[in-house]
Amino acid sequence: MSTQEPLRIIGDGGELPDHPVPDGLGEKELLELYRWLVILRTFDERAVMLQRQGRVGTYPLYWGEEGTTAGALFACEDADWIFPSYRQCSVGILRGLPVATVLGWVRGYGGPAGFYNPRDYRLGPICVPIATHLPHATGVAWAAKIRGERTASLAWFGEGATSEGDFHEGLNFASVFRTATVFFCTNNQWAISTPVTRQMATRTVAEKAAAYGIPGIRIDGFDPLACYKAAKEALDRGREGGGPTLIEAFTYRIKAHGTADDPSLYRDETETQKWAQLEPVGRMASFLRRLEILDDDKNDELKAEAKEMVAEGVRGLESVEQPGPEVMFDYVYASDNPWTFTEGLEEVNSVARKPEAAPPQPPSPPSAGDVEIQPGSGAPGVEEA
Amino acid sequence: MAELTMVEALNKALHEAFSADDRVVLLGEDVAQTGGVFRVTAGLLKEYGGERVIDTPLSEAGIVGTAVGLSLYGLLPVVEIQFDGFVYPAFEQIVVHVARYGWRTNGECPANMVIRIPFGGGVRAPELHSDSPEALFAHSPGLKVVCPTTPSDARAMLLAAITHPDPVIFMEPKRIYRAGRQEVSDALPFDLGSTNGDASSLLSTARLAREGNDLVIFAYGATVPLSVEAAEKLKTDKGTSLRVVDLRSLYPLDVDAITSHASACGRALVVHEAPRTAGIGAEVSSLIHERVMLDLEAPVGRVTGFDVPFPQFANEDDYLPSVERIARGAEKVLSF
Ligand SMILES: Cc1ncc(C[n+]2csc(CCOP(=O)(O)OP(=O)(O)O)c2C)c(N)n1
Ligand SMILES: [Mg+2]
Repeated sequence: MSTQEPLRIIGDGGELPDHPVPDGLGEKELLELYRWLVILRTFDERAVMLQRQGRVGTYPLYWGEEGTTAGALFACEDADWIFPSYRQCSVGILRGLPVATVLGWVRGYGGPAGFYNPRDYRLGPICVPIATHLPHATGVAWAAKIRGERTASLAWFGEGATSEGDFHEGLNFASVFRTATVFFCTNNQWAISTPVTRQMATRTVAEKAAAYGIPGIRIDGFDPLACYKAAKEALDRGREGGGPTLIEAFTYRIKAHGTADDPSLYRDETETQKWAQLEPVGRMASFLRRLEILDDDKNDELKAEAKEMVAEGVRGLESVEQPGPEVMFDYVYASDNPWTFTEGLEEVNSVARKPEAAPPQPPSPPSAGDVEIQPGSGAPGVEEA
Repeated sequence: MAELTMVEALNKALHEAFSADDRVVLLGEDVAQTGGVFRVTAGLLKEYGGERVIDTPLSEAGIVGTAVGLSLYGLLPVVEIQFDGFVYPAFEQIVVHVARYGWRTNGECPANMVIRIPFGGGVRAPELHSDSPEALFAHSPGLKVVCPTTPSDARAMLLAAITHPDPVIFMEPKRIYRAGRQEVSDALPFDLGSTNGDASSLLSTARLAREGNDLVIFAYGATVPLSVEAAEKLKTDKGTSLRVVDLRSLYPLDVDAITSHASACGRALVVHEAPRTAGIGAEVSSLIHERVMLDLEAPVGRVTGFDVPFPQFANEDDYLPSVERIARGAEKVLSF
């Protein structure tokens, strides 16, 4: 069922040949997909800078994984639902979610400054607890099926997530009820400091599909067109009643796990440099140049547009006031607030508010993973996931 | 004798436990190769090897569930849950197995393990990195639940938890992981070979953190130093004398200490980060009212987190009990 050699479309311009462009992608579409990649890349690089400047909190960078996000999303129809993990935190901006909202989320804003209505964008909330959004993706496609609609769903998650029970539960329900769900695993070979060999004894993620009686497809996760093609076929199959698909986008986490993480503590960074050669944005650009669809002018134009889009988001972020204390009590219940909230709000309003917390410091000495607390300070250390 | 932070003190205890007893094993996410995201387990892999110091797959239910089996076979697992909010996938294993194994085996095979959970807010972290789930465990019969506040307690209590025959939920206040240093003796706090009284008393007794007579504040974890600060402030501002008691054990509560301090002061306040309803504070308050009501001059007060999900971090200072909120809470009880 699973192919061991990952599916690839884009070659390297040298010995590795290019394969035919997948059906449905003309010049216009290829450029549009490239535009998305540029937007994601631009957002990522800017968010890291904002974190370094202390203007946002912890940030889970995804440099090098843009193809898995943009390629898979490009295969979705507008009505399809997508479920990101923290690693795809910015995917919503490709569906019209304001950049400022994503940045607000990274800045630790609750309420409308950092959260959004999933139904507006067919976009699940950014999921922090690993693998827990997989059953939700199954549920959405299942609901569509119950209603006789052709809506499909797609969820992104890491290879580490395959170790959690929710991975099994999500896939099992999807396969039993034959929901149109695409489980898109970005196997970047690392879960913080833990290598993929410590997550599973199988050689691939894709072969796990056999246990659910569903197709398992292995693709080159650095190749946006392979990501597109695999997702498109899986979504179409699902819509036709063919049930779910497990896609393994084989890739590598080029950067740190998050802005506080120092990967040199646990892996050989010369190895990382090799993988970095394969990064998807430059690779797609070279491909489009070979097809003579992209030239320097167009490329500069797209980059400038993306830069402006993100810059506008940053201005938007800076123009939003930090939510007041009442945001804690907002929307916890859909019905009337319990009396405890009235008392809580009174208490909170009775004390002077601290000014917005000091910006997080750049990462302190060696750290790995989610949060690094500043040595010697009891106060809000810093950072982050 | 060295001055250690809580992280270093916990690390010291783990090294001591590993060298004293080869049945001790450690498992968790990113605990071996990097020594944990907070560095509590640093150096153990190098010293004791990958058979005992284990980076697991990413599965909290898997970690705790297999630890039940490890314990059943006679090992002494120490489990690290990376962050408070990620203990929930393991909740079933903890409540239906870890807590009940002793009961279900006529006392022969308690699931004696330590589940270490860095908990609480104040570190500007994303969602689910700042929860205070301790009351869920205190409400699950079969578990001991403790929370150290000082480096030397952290070291002694972790050693006591590892040698203790019952499973222990070991809540580590991450906000004060590196907040201060304290001398920690090189001598072991008790004989690790025997489960003697010293060890279990470390897991069942409260500690006086500050002397005072007008009101007693009961707190644990990161709210203890804040309560002490609030007491200092009220001393300076109003000349009142506040006692602060560090609960240390959240299950069972040190009922003798709680009632005697409450009786002695006549006024009491409980402080914690966790939401108020059905929290530890409710239990402490209830014990006091049930047992020493006639010694009280005012009803017991509470300063706690609110009954809401821990907010996104830009608002965490609004949520967390602050020195000011604690001082006001104390004044309210004082002026009753
Ligand atoms: C239930 C749960 N446990 C632990 C964590 C802490 N954590 C955050 S990311 C991460 C590694 C995830 O690895 P993977 O699934 O491969 O995704 P990647 O980060 O590589 O995209 C861990 C352990 C979490 N967020 N949720
Ligand atoms: Mg990964």
